[in-house]
Amino acid sequence: MLLVPCPNCGPRDASDFKFGGESSSRPDPRTATPEQWRDYVHLKTNVAGNQKETWYCRGCRTYFSLHRDTVTNIFGAPQS
Amino acid sequence: MSPSRLPSGGAVIDRSRPIKFKWNGKSFTGFEGDTIVSALAANGVDVFSRSMKYHRRRGILTGDFWDPNCFVQVGDEPNVRAGHRLISAGIEVSAQNVWPSLERDVKAANGLVGRFLTAGFYYKTFMKPATLWPKYEKILATFAPGGAIDIESTPGRYDKRYSHPDVLVAGGGPAGMAAAIAAAEAGADVMLVEHNHQLGGHLLWGSAEDQKRAASLGARCIEVGVEVLTDSTVTGRYDGSWVAINQRNVAGETIERVVKARAKCLVIAPGLIERPYIFEGNDRVGVMTSGAARRMLNMYGIKPGQKAVVFTANAAGDAAAADLADAGVEVTTVDGRTGADVVRASGSGDRVEQVELADGTVYEADLLVTAVGWTAPTSLANMSGDRPSYDPSAARFFCTSLPDDVLPTGGLAGDGSLEENLTHASATGRLAARRGLTMRNQMRSMTPRASTGVPAPIKDASEPAPLPRANHPELFRSTTHGLVDFSEDVGSKDLWAAAAEGFDSVELVKRFTTATMGPSQGKLETVNTVAVLAEYLGQSIEEVGTTVWRPPYAPVSLGALAGKNSTPHRISSIHVWNKANNCKFIHAGAWLRPDHYGNAQAEAKNVRDNVGIIDVTPLGKLDLQGPNVPDLLELLYVNKWRKLDIGKVRYGVMVGEDGVVLDDGVTARLGEEHYMMTTTSSGAASIWEWAENWLQTERPDWDVRIVPVTTSYTSINVAGPKSRELLLKICEDVDLSNEAFGYMSARPATVAGVAESLMLRIGFTGELSYEVHVPAAHGLKVWEALLDAGKDLGVKPFGLEAQRILRLEKGHFIVGQDTDGLTRGASAGLGGLIKLDKDDGVGLPELRWAADRTDLAQVVSIALDDGMIVPEEASQLVDGETNTIVGRITSSRMSPNLGRSVCMGQVIPELAAPGSKLTVLLTDGRRVPAKIHTDHAFIDPEGARLRA
Repeated sequence: MLLVPCPNCGPRDASDFKFGGESSSRPDPRTATPEQWRDYVHLKTNVAGNQKETWYCRGCRTYFSLHRDTVTNIFGAPQS
Repeated sequence: MSPSRLPSGGAVIDRSRPIKFKWNGKSFTGFEGDTIVSALAANGVDVFSRSMKYHRRRGILTGDFWDPNCFVQVGDEPNVRAGHRLISAGIEVSAQNVWPSLERDVKAANGLVGRFLTAGFYYKTFMKPATLWPKYEKILATFAPGGAIDIESTPGRYDKRYSHPDVLVAGGGPAGMAAAIAAAEAGADVMLVEHNHQLGGHLLWGSAEDQKRAASLGARCIEVGVEVLTDSTVTGRYDGSWVAINQRNVAGETIERVVKARAKCLVIAPGLIERPYIFEGNDRVGVMTSGAARRMLNMYGIKPGQKAVVFTANAAGDAAAADLADAGVEVTTVDGRTGADVVRASGSGDRVEQVELADGTVYEADLLVTAVGWTAPTSLANMSGDRPSYDPSAARFFCTSLPDDVLPTGGLAGDGSLEENLTHASATGRLAARRGLTMRNQMRSMTPRASTGVPAPIKDASEPAPLPRANHPELFRSTTHGLVDFSEDVGSKDLWAAAAEGFDSVELVKRFTTATMGPSQGKLETVNTVAVLAEYLGQSIEEVGTTVWRPPYAPVSLGALAGKNSTPHRISSIHVWNKANNCKFIHAGAWLRPDHYGNAQAEAKNVRDNVGIIDVTPLGKLDLQGPNVPDLLELLYVNKWRKLDIGKVRYGVMVGEDGVVLDDGVTARLGEEHYMMTTTSSGAASIWEWAENWLQTERPDWDVRIVPVTTSYTSINVAGPKSRELLLKICEDVDLSNEAFGYMSARPATVAGVAESLMLRIGFTGELSYEVHVPAAHGLKVWEALLDAGKDLGVKPFGLEAQRILRLEKGHFIVGQDTDGLTRGASAGLGGLIKLDKDDGVGLPELRWAADRTDLAQVVSIALDDGMIVPEEASQLVDGETNTIVGRITSSRMSPNLGRSVCMGQVIPELAAPGSKLTVLLTDGRRVPAKIHTDHAFIDPEGARLRA
């Protein structure tokens, strides 16, 4: 099981967290085209390598970003 | 072969403690410390099972956990490893899959047709015609190996445990013990896990000197505070050095448990597993490895035969020959290092009687001991990402590259003398302690507010000097063919046949022949399989490569994986009353909720006629405070929220960014910057996290504080025309008149003397109703007060089933029941609710695009022409006499208030208009007519009852 570094709680079992998937930026809902919006909602890059992703710690109730190498499962430092 | 107990010797048995047990119905006596195999062998038993396909008699091959010939039934427990399981008083042991008996098994006739049962025989023979497969399967199943499962047997207690050692050592042989001692001396918390019942590894079946050494190392482990788990297996290593251990010797009533260890550094010291030799007759009773012979002699004081041939290519074989001679066995030594070879073991039955060498010499013997080399159990290295490589000069595989936190020692790392091994292991242990403690300090530094006091890692630890590798001849197969996989009855000839058919890679040959796939899981067979295939292909073992060893290292019982058999559930403060009052409960998510109190139809009728109360505590409740709450509500809900007055309640629906309905509920404004949101019961946790996600990631500048108060309140819905009358009796400080406290309003209240309660006038059931939220500790008191005060009004409790009927009569949908993963806001009949002229909103663009679409299924209310029929939920809707599916029933109930069935469903937009005719396909095949109902609500479409 992955050991996920929470910025508040320190490294904890992945079962303490909700995985939010690959981070993506939300287009402006007023101007987004259907293609842009659906790319944001449904499409993932699914890289083999460094990926920025969102995690939610159910201990301290914090959402934060992490970089993870999807091949080795090694995490970078957490960012709030 | 007729094994017998020697007058003395046996390092692990206690001759002063005899134990009685049964084997195939007969009484036997062994000693404390005996395994089932050693206890039986002491009594002259040499056959323990019949082989899988050919039903040949089988005796000791390795005499330990991995022995493929020693699976037995113990009481109601099948497939027990008799070479590992210790005897205990009164156990009833029997042979598996034999009929009528182990000695006279009629299925041995398979052996006569053995030459037809080659690789792929079953695939090819029973493939056609496909329709006959069920019959084939039934007959073949009777030939399948394995014991009998007793479905009446009571499950035992299993458990789980978490552990956080700095250093975990897998393997309690000399190297593992030395590594554990060194790591503990360097300040690390150490756990040492040994597969067998005692620490010691190969020292246990070595000389008296070796056994003494094992005991002193074991004692030192305890002295320095190593936590020792024996009869426990490290079954796998996963991400983050998460290591699973199957502990089989738990104290107390627990049978087994899984220990989940976060090993900051893992030392792998599994030792080496002796390989059987491949030659004609190698599965005869009396053919065993040198380790098996020495285990019998030195651990259990058993003489395994009278006349032995020892085929040796290494020191272990030489030692076995010497040990056998010491025990009075007549020994002939055949030295594989000089080119001598065993080609055949033969006899009149299934036992060894003669041993034939390559030079034609034949020896009379009842025991043939082979020592032809080792398999390195590289499982944990494989699971750490390593792909071990083959060294032909040492005739075994070695690790190539491991992560820093995985360190091999002992036989996995090389050979050398015992002293050299201990030196290597100690250095490895010190390095492991340094890395483990460094990791622990690092984890501590990553944890704000963590406690202090983590020991500093030692500085003077470095990579151990590599162990030498001993030359070993490559001995896998003789010039004859024999068995490779004893559990699956797969021979070298089968592997060649498979390769000839084109299954010529190790992964293919394995799957086609099932070699390595039996209960020994490749521990004895993998390297031999690779070698046999390499020989056929004319390639080197390195070129053929090996299969990847995957978890678990040894089979784990399902009970251990399941752990404790407990199903925790949440209950409200009213639960005790419900339990005492004929309530039938239903599991809803984590909650145990009242489904009904005996008659849901009567409960639903009483709500419309008089007044009912229902425990709705699991309803999600979020306390929202801050100046930006209206912004948050307008973002999350599809409607508008900026003009909600204090004391007012509004209904809202939430959609996801894809525009699909996510949740619904009401939110009340309680104060200037204070709101309470209610969610569906199933959405209580997820909507809280959803709201937090928006606040923390997309709108960090907003000032909103969310406190989940679902379980802070006990929630009771008081519903029915007499609900106001009932509440008047127990509420003093709130004006309940329709003018002062109208529909969709919220009021703070004191209910039955309970202050700081909250009342919302809303109506899921379609009746005049008040949702009463009281501080949870007083829930039962208020519930009983309502029942007491409402006696003359006919108040009755009602459950979820009655609530489902009532809401269906009113045409209120349930998210997830009547809507699904494709239901857009507009198609749920919410067209009027959705406000598209907002700056922002979750899923707003999708809602806009969906508004223009005319092809989305609609959620509608449906009335069957024959109201006595209640179609099953998920019944298909079709168009007229055709079979064109146009929708489905999503909810259906008999309505006690209308005396007819009421339904909701999803239907294509062309047929969604009121009065449209449909055909419902019932599960019994009937086609019955139905119409889209005029309104969503079957009862009170104008809402007069709600607003009364």
